[in-house]
Amino acid sequence: MTLSRGARYILASLMGVGLAFIYIPLTVVVINSFNSSRTFSWPPTEFTTKWWAKALENTGVREAIRWSILAGVSATVIALLLGTALAFAVSRYQFFGRDTISLLVVLPISLPGVVTGIALNNAFTKGAGMSTGLLTVVIGHATFCIVIVYNNAFARLKRMGSSLQEASMDLGANGITTFRLITLPNLASALFAGGLLAFGLSFDEIVVTTFTAGPGIQTLPIWIYNNLFRPNQAPIVNVVAAILVVFSILPIYLSQRLSQDNATGGRL
Amino acid sequence: MFTHVATWMHKHPRARLAALLFAPTAWLVIAYLGALAALLVTAFFTIDSFTGNVIYQFTLGNFQDILTDPAYKNVVLRTLGIAIGVTLICSVLAIPMAIYMAKIAKPRNKKFLVALVLTPLWASYLVKIYAWRTMLEPGSGVVDWLLGPIGIHSPGFGGPAIIIGLSYLWLPYMILPIYAGLERLPNNLLDASSDLGAKNFHTFRSVVLPLIFPSIIAGSMFTFSLSLGDYITAQIIGGKLQMLGNVVYQNFSINLPFAATIAAVPVLIMAFYLWLVRRTGALADL
Repeated sequence: MTLSRGARYILASLMGVGLAFIYIPLTVVVINSFNSSRTFSWPPTEFTTKWWAKALENTGVREAIRWSILAGVSATVIALLLGTALAFAVSRYQFFGRDTISLLVVLPISLPGVVTGIALNNAFTKGAGMSTGLLTVVIGHATFCIVIVYNNAFARLKRMGSSLQEASMDLGANGITTFRLITLPNLASALFAGGLLAFGLSFDEIVVTTFTAGPGIQTLPIWIYNNLFRPNQAPIVNVVAAILVVFSILPIYLSQRLSQDNATGGRL
Repeated sequence: MFTHVATWMHKHPRARLAALLFAPTAWLVIAYLGALAALLVTAFFTIDSFTGNVIYQFTLGNFQDILTDPAYKNVVLRTLGIAIGVTLICSVLAIPMAIYMAKIAKPRNKKFLVALVLTPLWASYLVKIYAWRTMLEPGSGVVDWLLGPIGIHSPGFGGPAIIIGLSYLWLPYMILPIYAGLERLPNNLLDASSDLGAKNFHTFRSVVLPLIFPSIIAGSMFTFSLSLGDYITAQIIGGKLQMLGNVVYQNFSINLPFAATIAAVPVLIMAFYLWLVRRTGALADL
């Protein structure tokens, strides 16, 4: 493209400013986890690894990670089953209400979390007479994770077409054999990527969780939130925050390697 | 037995479709739509001011309260202002970044830049807002330390902090659609414009901007709607300032009908925005 030298420099420096805006706060979080001062005055004068040692043996943090993984894995399994089934139905069949269903599936992540949260809390506790706990958290998370799996599976099924399955059937394989030997292997990486993204979304979710988790359950975001304003917990919160920043590289790296369907990591 | 079912299913595509559709549709309709409908209905009820119990009698009182009480009108306007501000800041930051990524960066750097912009989406929401608490802390924050020498000081915790925090959270959602839009924009259009004598800025204003406008609108769907419903950011870096979400959160346990009414406001604004976008046809060729 014919852009003057000046314009190129201006755009390059604006790109730099943008990246600095994105990465300075994250870098500060990581540096602050080594800040030896208890009040976290900036800039740090001395560095220490003692907060890391303390955080890693903190029972509250460990318990919270356990709840988060438990809720995330359960919600992801449900989302994988329901999202894949829905993707098959919408991509391979014509039926009445098809557009409505593809709208219905994106609704849970399109509406504000606080709306979904109070709606589910009201339905669970007043409508169904349930008490809030792990089960209600899992139902809530699965509801907005379905769309992530659905999007990934749908894109792959569209790209695959149905000629491979037809060939398999023509060669005498029945529906189950075709699914096991042809469809599933072709779909597997998209499902893995979708599952990973769904788990990531569940692991990070705070608003719906606030309204669906009872007092007995603290997922990691809830734990962070509850300890955010307690000065004596600040060192531990800083370390947990730093760990989460470092780990955020993982899903984007894996999903870029695994799924060719979308480069956005499924959050768009 | 299993093969019998498989054979029968193969011969009856409608049964196959029903089997695929049943569980997901039942889940979404019962667990989600049902809950949502119940909440919507609650907005038309009221509570007994002595017992705090919900009175199941149709009334428009809650909606009247929001429209007439200046305190709530202010919250609605403030939330709208914040959402618009966030959308404008995100566009201004995202457009040059997207142009650089799509039209100037070398092909082998492109993927890396996209990954750089995407990675923060996976850093925890809370951690990012917490980071801005450290950044904006008046006096001892990173912003004062870094920009104080050139005369820029932290605005402290309040409205501007909320706008900065939310812009930070949603910026990637604006960059990506614009980047994708620019990738589809053929370079020879830009060459033609400069061959015809247009300077850089003129080309940007009369060729690039109209063509990426649908992408900006697509990005604004995220930045605008995500900002409208947020309350955690206001709780952490908003000082005493309240957004619609905070009012919902506060009323949720004491006056559910009113909370439901307030919760309907961002949804209605969003629906209106969607309708507006559709009418202008901005998303038609996306």
